[in-house]
This record gives sequence, C-alpha cells and structure tokens, in this order.
Amino acid sequence: MKVGVPKEVYPGECRVAATPETARRLIGKLGFEVVVETGAGDAASFHNESYRDAGCTIADDPTEIWRDADVVLKVRNPQDHEVERLREGQVLICFLAPAQNETLLQKIADRNATALAVEAVPRISRAQKLDALSSMANIAGYRAVVEAAGLFGRFFTGQITAAGKVPPAKVLVIGAGVAGLAAIGTARGLGAVVRAFDVRPEVADQVKSMGAEFLMLEFEGDQQGGTSGGYAKTMSKEFIDAEMALFAAQAKEVDIIITTALIPGKPAPKLITREMLRSMRRGSVVVDLAAEQGGNCEATVPDEVVQFEGVHVVGYRDLTSRLAHTSSQLYGTNLYHLLDEMGGAEQFDVDMEDDVVRSATVVKDGRVTWPPPPVAVSATPKEKVVESAAPSAVVEKKIGVFDISLMVIAALLLVGVAMTRDQGFITDFTVFLLSCLIGWQVIWNVTASLHAPLMSVTNAISGIIIVGGMIQVGATDPVAAWLGALAIFVATLNIAGGFLITHRMLGLFRK
Amino acid sequence: MSLLNPLPIASEMLPLNQSLATVAYLVAAVLFILSLAGLSHQTSAKRGNLLGIVGMLLAVGATVIGVMGGGRLMMAAAIVPAVLIGARLAARLSMDHLPQLVAILHSFVGLAAVLVGLSSHIDPGINVPAGEMLIHKIEIYVGVFIGALTFTGSIVAFLKLAELIGGRALTLPGRHVINVLLLVACVGLGIWYCRVDDVAAITPLLIMTAISSLIGVHMVMAIGGADMPVVVSMLNSYSGWAAAAAGFMLKNHLLIVTGALVGSSGAILSYIMCAAMNRSFLSVILGGFGTGSGGAAAVVEGTTKEFSVEDTIAMLEEAQSIVIVPGYGMAVAQAQHSLAEVVRTLLKRNKEVRFAIHPVAGRLPGHMNVLLAEANVPYDIVLEMDEINEDMSDTDAILVIGANDIVNPAALDDPNSPIAGMPVIEVWTAKTCVVMKRGMATGYAGVGNPLFFKDNTYMLFGDAKQNIDAILKGLQR
Repeated sequence: MKVGVPKEVYPGECRVAATPETARRLIGKLGFEVVVETGAGDAASFHNESYRDAGCTIADDPTEIWRDADVVLKVRNPQDHEVERLREGQVLICFLAPAQNETLLQKIADRNATALAVEAVPRISRAQKLDALSSMANIAGYRAVVEAAGLFGRFFTGQITAAGKVPPAKVLVIGAGVAGLAAIGTARGLGAVVRAFDVRPEVADQVKSMGAEFLMLEFEGDQQGGTSGGYAKTMSKEFIDAEMALFAAQAKEVDIIITTALIPGKPAPKLITREMLRSMRRGSVVVDLAAEQGGNCEATVPDEVVQFEGVHVVGYRDLTSRLAHTSSQLYGTNLYHLLDEMGGAEQFDVDMEDDVVRSATVVKDGRVTWPPPPVAVSATPKEKVVESAAPSAVVEKKIGVFDISLMVIAALLLVGVAMTRDQGFITDFTVFLLSCLIGWQVIWNVTASLHAPLMSVTNAISGIIIVGGMIQVGATDPVAAWLGALAIFVATLNIAGGFLITHRMLGLFRK
Repeated sequence: MSLLNPLPIASEMLPLNQSLATVAYLVAAVLFILSLAGLSHQTSAKRGNLLGIVGMLLAVGATVIGVMGGGRLMMAAAIVPAVLIGARLAARLSMDHLPQLVAILHSFVGLAAVLVGLSSHIDPGINVPAGEMLIHKIEIYVGVFIGALTFTGSIVAFLKLAELIGGRALTLPGRHVINVLLLVACVGLGIWYCRVDDVAAITPLLIMTAISSLIGVHMVMAIGGADMPVVVSMLNSYSGWAAAAAGFMLKNHLLIVTGALVGSSGAILSYIMCAAMNRSFLSVILGGFGTGSGGAAAVVEGTTKEFSVEDTIAMLEEAQSIVIVPGYGMAVAQAQHSLAEVVRTLLKRNKEVRFAIHPVAGRLPGHMNVLLAEANVPYDIVLEMDEINEDMSDTDAILVIGANDIVNPAALDDPNSPIAGMPVIEVWTAKTCVVMKRGMATGYAGVGNPLFFKDNTYMLFGDAKQNIDAILKGLQR
C-alpha cells in the first residue's frame, strides 16, 4: 500500500504530515510505501535527502501523489483543488474540523473517498498515543509562552542583581487543558509566578502539580464544568459573571495572560474584555490561543499582534506551525499510531467497529459519518457519582424498613421488660443497655488495622463466662457441678489462647 | 443499691468478702472498657491487652473469694490444664492460621454458655426467689439458645476457614423458610419449657439446644467465603451476647457488662465490614449471594495481556510510586515475607511503596494488617482504602496480589453486578497495574472482573510466592 505525503498548500503552513523518522517506521514496521512531494518538509527542516535515506520515494509533482497513493496524509484540511484530486476509495487523514466544515465533508463524500479527522479521535486512554489534538495543544501552549516572552520587556524570573532587583513576571493561564498545562510548565520553567483557572475544579491537582496556583471561584451552584468527553461545557450566567469578576481582578495584577478556553463546536467564549485590557499594565502581553475559534479576547485580531492601549495582544493561529520541526515529528508519530491501529499495510481497514477508528472517520466510501456515537471517557468523576449512587440508595431504603421494624421490636421489648415488674431483672437490664452503649462508643475509634487484635482481645474477654462456670461448679448437684467444671475448662482455653494470641499479634506491629 | 451486686440481699450488710468482690468486679469492668479503648491505637494497644489480662485475673480472683459457693478444687483442676493447652495452642500457631483460631475460640465461649445454662437449669448455683423463677427460666433458655448457635456456627466457620470444608455458600431451597420454622419450633419449645416443672423441662431444653445448633450450622453454611470477615465478627458479637445472657441467669453484673461490651463491639465490627461491602447486615446474615437489583450483570469478556516476571521487574524498576494491594491469595500463598523483602529492596532505592488494604480483604477483619506486620512491614506504609484511593491515579505501578473482588471496577460501573456499589480500590486508574493470580478463576463472589481486560492491566499468572521470590531475585541482581 502506498502512503502519500503532499506538501502543505495553505499559506504559511510549515508543518508536514510525515518526517523521515516517522516515514522510516511506516515503511519498516507497518510495511507501507511512502511517497513524499519534493520539498514537503523544507519548512520544517526535513530535506529530500533525509526522506530518501529513510526509504521514501520523492515525487516531483503533487498530482503524482494524489493519483498513486492509497492513503494521503496531510496536516491542514484540503483546499478545493486538492479535494478535486481525491480518487474513489482513497483515504485522506488530516485535520478537518468536521463540526465547522460540513460542506467540505460533503465535497469529500461526493468524490466517493474516505476521510479521517485526526481531531475526532476519542479521548480514551487507548487512543492517547494517536491524539494529535493533544500533541498540537502541547506545542501551542509552549509556543504561546515563547511568543509572550519575545514581546514582554522584562525577565520572567525574579532576580536580585548588583544593578537592582527585578520582580518575577506574573502569568495567568485560563483553561488548564493540555495547552494550558504546557503553558504553565513553560512559564514556570522560565521562572514566572503562574496562576491558572479552569471551569473544571477536578483539574486543580494537575495545575498544582505543574507548579501553578489554582484560582478557585467563590460561587455556589453547579461547579462541574466538564463533559463526558473530558472537555469544558458552556456555563450558567451566574457562573460566567463570577468568572469575569475574577479575571477583571487578576488583569490588574498579572503581566501576561494566556487564554486557552475552547468549547468544542462553539465559538470561543469572550473572557478578556477591552475594559480588562485597559486595566492591565502597559507592556503586558495577552496570548490568545483561541484565535482560531474567534478568540477569548475582544481585541484579538487573527494572525496578528496588535497593540491595545499599550498591551500586546497575540492572535496567531499558527503557533504549532511556528514550531514546525517538533510539531511535524509529533503529528507524524500520531499518524503512525493511527495507521498502526488501522492494521498497517497488511490488514489496512477502516473498521467501523473499532471505537477509535469509528470516531475519527467522518466520511466513509462517499457517505458522511459525522458525528460519531459518543464514547465516554472512563474516569470522569461525575459519572462515577451517578453510577455508585443508584445501588447504595437501594440499600439505604432497605435499612430504613429494617430500622423501623427494629424500633418497634425495641419498644415491645421495653414494654415487656416493664411488665415483669421484677426489680432485679430491670436492674440487670439497665446495666446491660448502658454497657452496650459504652461498648458502642469505645469501638468506633478503633483503627481498621487493629480489627484483628481487637477481635481476639474481645474474644478473650468474653471468656468472662468462666465466672458462670465458677458459680455453677459450687452447685450441690454433681452433674451441674461437672458441667460447671467443663465450662470453666473451655472458657479458660479461650481466655489463655485469646490474650496470648493478641499479645503475639500486637508484638508484630512496628513502625 | 450497688449496680454490681452479685447476690442481691436487699438492704442488709454484706459480708466483707462479698463486698470486696463487688468492688473488684467494678474495677474489672472498668479495666475491660479501658482494654477495648486501648486497642483503638497502635501505641496503646499492648497496654490495652495487659489491662484486659489484669481485669480477667481480678474477676476470677474476686469470684473465688466472694462469689463461689464451693468446688474450688474442681475449678483448679479445670483451669490449670486449660491454661497450659490454650497457651500452647496460641504460642505455637502460625499467623497464617489466625482466622480459624479466632473462630474456634468463639466456639468455646458458646459451648461454655450452653454448659453454664444446662448446669444452672439442673441446679441454680444462686438462690433464686420463688417469684423470679419464670424470668430465671427464660434467661436460661435464651442463654442456651445463643450459646448453642454460637458454638456450632463457630465450628462451621472454623471448618470453612481451615478449608476442611468448601468455602462456597450452601443455598438450600427454601432456606429462609427452614430458618423461620426452626425459630418457631424454638419459641414453641420455650413455652413448653416454662410450663412444666424442672425435671420434665430438661427435655424441651435439650431439644431446643439441638435445634439451635442446627440453626448455627445452617446459618454459617449459607454464607460465602468472601463474607467471612462479617461472619467472624458476628460470631464474636454472639459470643458476647451469650456471656451477657449467662450474666442474666446468674444475676452476675460483671458477666452482663462484659458480655454487652463484647457483643456490641462485635456488632460494630460486623457493621463496618458490611459497610465496606455496601451490603446490609441482614443480606449477609441471610446468606447466599444474589441480592442484585434484577437485570443481568454485564458479561465480562475480552483479551488479557500477560506479563512475565521480567516485565514486572522492569515495571517496578521504572516506577517511582508503587502501591501493593494484597488479598486472601497472598495469605494462601504465604507470600508476605518475600513481599516484605521486595518492599524493603524498593524502599532502599528511594521509591515510594505503600500498601492499600481493603476493609474486607482476607478472611478476618484486619487480616492483611496482621500478616504484613508479621512480615515486618512498618504499619505507617500500610494504608486503608479510603486513605489511598485518591492517590491511585498518580501511582506509576500497582501490584495486585491474590485479590479479586476488592479491585473489581464492575462494582462502580455495572449497576447489575452482584457487588454493585461496593467500594473498591481503584487500581485501574494507575499507570500500570499488574495482577498476580493463579488463573482466570473468579473471586469468592463469583463475579467476573473487567479489570483484567483493561488496557493498562497485565496478568502475571502462577504461584504468588514463587513469582514474588523470582521478582526479589531479579531486583537484587
């Protein structure tokens, strides 16, 4: 089978869908033939010679690739003239933004081809190695900090030099997804003080683990901002108001804001208003990673750096392309894993039974198959609560009925006790109940690790029944006396054995 | 009047020895309470046990001086050999046999309660006022009933734990009806017992003893192996109630107090165990398994991936944080000593190694803790499920040794699973999880485990002890 890698035609796009290294693995491990358009990797510093060394064929003309290849690997979604070159049965794999590009999908379907959108790979653990969106987000997060550092007129790290003290830069990262976390890590690495915010409180630990402070929202109500797919969802009005107040307060303090807030399939929420930009110090930088979807900042101009009241607002949509070497390498590896998942050259198949392949496939043999059925991420906290709540509620209800019948029995028992009108018995009963309460109180504090010794010591203590035997052994009837003696014997076995085994057990525990 | 009056003689001056005995009883009761309280923490546990011993000696001494009517020689003849045998048994027994030892000791208390009851029926060792005869008879009857139940129940539990009989739940058809009928028979016999004179009454008493013994056998037979921790603590509770009942019949407050203490402590332990399995106490006691909420449990299938010993060593060497989840299989294979060596080796390499213990792991409450302590594992790296569960997702490597149901994700994911809602150790959230198992058999609950088919789970089949020895060798290389 032949895999074709054409040069990207979108203006300014430097990435390439296969590097010499990933091509070598496609050829060696998966058994594909790889054809690369001449100069496809130039912008990412991968040259024809390297591809040749890896075993690729170099094609001089893209038409050759579109004509011969069974699978075409690209980065950006195809331009119209590229779509027209698609053949029946050809498989195209690239970023397609299927939610925004329905007409494009239809055009591909009209060519009777098959297309896989790499961003539609589900976020399940098995698919992590082929999650290109995460790889690209990671790079974008890194590059965002580098862009900000280039524009920012100060150190990131605080320093005390002979020439005076330099305070550290304060960075606010909004959205702690992959890009946000990468930005946090990079900014921390440069020495900045980093704060981060996310609508999903469950990511707080990840934020803290990267060395940033997690900003909590003082807000009552539904704080859960995650969906079953591990992405953020649209929030309520009250929540957004509280959130905006937080950003306004932070804007006055911080030097750099990196926004990464995206809601899948929707325009990016406007989080940084012009008002907030005005309140920022001159020379501050805002990097808007959501520029592709309209931007999180009101002043963002796509693909440009603008000055707004002395604040730099970076709206680059091609941050990953600005780190083309690494982007291509990671993207190429993701594609390698995807092709591996699809069976390699030998058993290549667009298997609609496979969760991962099904989700990624947006056009199959001329039919649009977007959107895919949902695949739930295995470890979302929300679902867990729902699932475990159901059975325990059933049990609680059972206990409720049980409790009431217990109470009725207890009441009847107490009436019965009173009916005896027997002073001795009632006294005994009082002692009994009070002792039960004491036992109840004392045992609750026992640590679980001591349950075994506790059990054996209570067992030894219940050997107190020996006292009963001792009383009976003095009976005048010889049978009664013998039974008493026997009782003493077994009770003593229990006392001696119980205390000794407890002693041995406790001797084992050490710190 | 004194609450701890062993022989109520209204408003008369007590003889000095009786008065002393009464006070000594009070002290003994306090010592027992302090003993149990002492057991609540590692640091005070040993002192707790000592206080219990002192309390017991004091109680026996006070009884000899102030309460016993005679037969001191017979008493000595019974006590001396019993102390020797009991001590020998407890001193020589290996900790691997702990659960069955505890079970058999419970049976002794039950047996003693039956013997005391029968003896008291034949000839009350105390003077019972004529007007209190009926109550005294009921007390004997109830005491013998609980005692017999505890006795045979504990014996069956012992046989199950010692694996002399199978651990599976015996579910006779209509077993609840059988139990109810047996209980009704006991109540009927009780009425007969109270109505006839003492000589004739021995017949219903003995028949009832037999029936109650049968209930004990049947009840524990119907409970599956995984529920054993609950059964053992329940029998512990019963042995306490049996002692309390004996106290009622003998008008002895020390017996009542101590019996009630033990009884309620056992009841709480049972409750804790039940909570750990998210099952009601009643459903455990009624036995069998299959209280699922209708609907078929999802069928578990898929392919498992195997790890070799070398793979496991490589995983442990790469990992920075490691959690070990032991289960009954570790106890069976007696792998705890080798495992402790592995842990020491890993700790020396500055890795974070911890144990996660599920409350119902093993066959006795706190079973795993004792075994690990025996192998010299420091108790501060042995954590409870609740303490460690949230750290699971940050853990590099998990080693599950001979555990199954307590790490079953179906408990959380599948509402139709028989163990649905049971809190489990969430090992599958860690980076890698290796499950050491003999084969693909299900756990005691008989439930398939989807954990084995998870992407980050690898199976290491074979005898746990041999595998861990091999791992140890590999690590020390």
